[in-house]
Amino acid sequence: MRKRTVLTSVLLMLAFVAVAPLHAQEAGAGGNSQMVMWSIITAGFALAFAAAFGALGQAKGLAAAAESIARNPSAAGEIRGVLILGLVLIESLVIYVLLISLILFFIQPFAG
Amino acid sequence: MEKLEHPLWIVQIVNALLGPLVAAALGPLGVEFAPGEDVIPNYLVMAGLILVAVTVGCLLVRNRLRVENPGKGQILLEDGVSAIGGMLEEWIGPQGRRYLPLVGTIGVFILMGNYMGLVPGLMAPTSSINVTLGCAITVWVYYHIQGVKEQGLWPYLKHFAAPPGAPILIAPIMLPIEIISHLSRVMSLSLRLFGNIFGEELVIMILFSIVPFLVPLPMMLLGLVTGGLQAFIFVLLTVIYLQGAVTHHEEAHGAGAHAEPVAAV
Repeated sequence: MRKRTVLTSVLLMLAFVAVAPLHAQEAGAGGNSQMVMWSIITAGFALAFAAAFGALGQAKGLAAAAESIARNPSAAGEIRGVLILGLVLIESLVIYVLLISLILFFIQPFAG
Repeated sequence: MEKLEHPLWIVQIVNALLGPLVAAALGPLGVEFAPGEDVIPNYLVMAGLILVAVTVGCLLVRNRLRVENPGKGQILLEDGVSAIGGMLEEWIGPQGRRYLPLVGTIGVFILMGNYMGLVPGLMAPTSSINVTLGCAITVWVYYHIQGVKEQGLWPYLKHFAAPPGAPILIAPIMLPIEIISHLSRVMSLSLRLFGNIFGEELVIMILFSIVPFLVPLPMMLLGLVTGGLQAFIFVLLTVIYLQGAVTHHEEAHGAGAHAEPVAAV
């Protein structure tokens, strides 16, 4: 069941990827605007992936921290410090991707 | 991004007052300004505003500080100072309090800078890469200087090449890694703060342009949380970097809970 879901979603994504340029070609856009379009699509996907896996990593750390606080409440202060530090270091990776996406969205380095 | 930013009246006033002076001073250096362009950018005005606010606040508060019967504000300030001092002592050791001036200044500046973005009519200076990069470079230069001061130039350079206890043979591997990791600290410090605050301001601005009533409020509440957290994180990483530079590695093995330096980037 799970394999099939993954397969279906991958096939769907491939179908979108294959179909999208045709539409763009129909619009008669030049090379540059197509480049901008693809960079924007990439930016959206990049941010989605970064947020997803960043959240996954943060959730793992958070779960471990909550568990260990429940097991040993007297160590809560130290665990909280380590937790915040780790969360921020993970989050900063997502923030890098956010910045790259913002650059691709608004500054559009491939437009010129 | 210039289209999304509305002109701020305080920036316009400052530019009307000081703009021609600054432009005249920068003219011989070859810096040209287009007519109608702001000579002093937003973030510089806001950083100056923080400077003025802190100075005036300190001058006002100075005469009211009492050893007996302290007021509520004084207790709050003392708590803040002792929190940063306690963090320094916890990480670096009993001599950590000597780094309180710079660490505390950075903390106050970034905290006020983050929260300024939530006040109508102002913007957060930390949502500009120039300001955060300035803070990060300051911290970077400062912890290297303190490391050289504390350990001496040669031992400090040596601990880049080989960690204590390791043979000097691994220097060709360690040296590039250490140099890259130290250089990337500037990037990570500045981009983390910039990305957080800029992203938050952008989200508030976009929500504000869709529904300019009550809808941006939850994001602004979130901004209150992230602003404080990012200031705390900047201070914490500053302290960790200072600890890594200042600690004598020979003594560090048996000392305290944080003897092992955290490999934070």
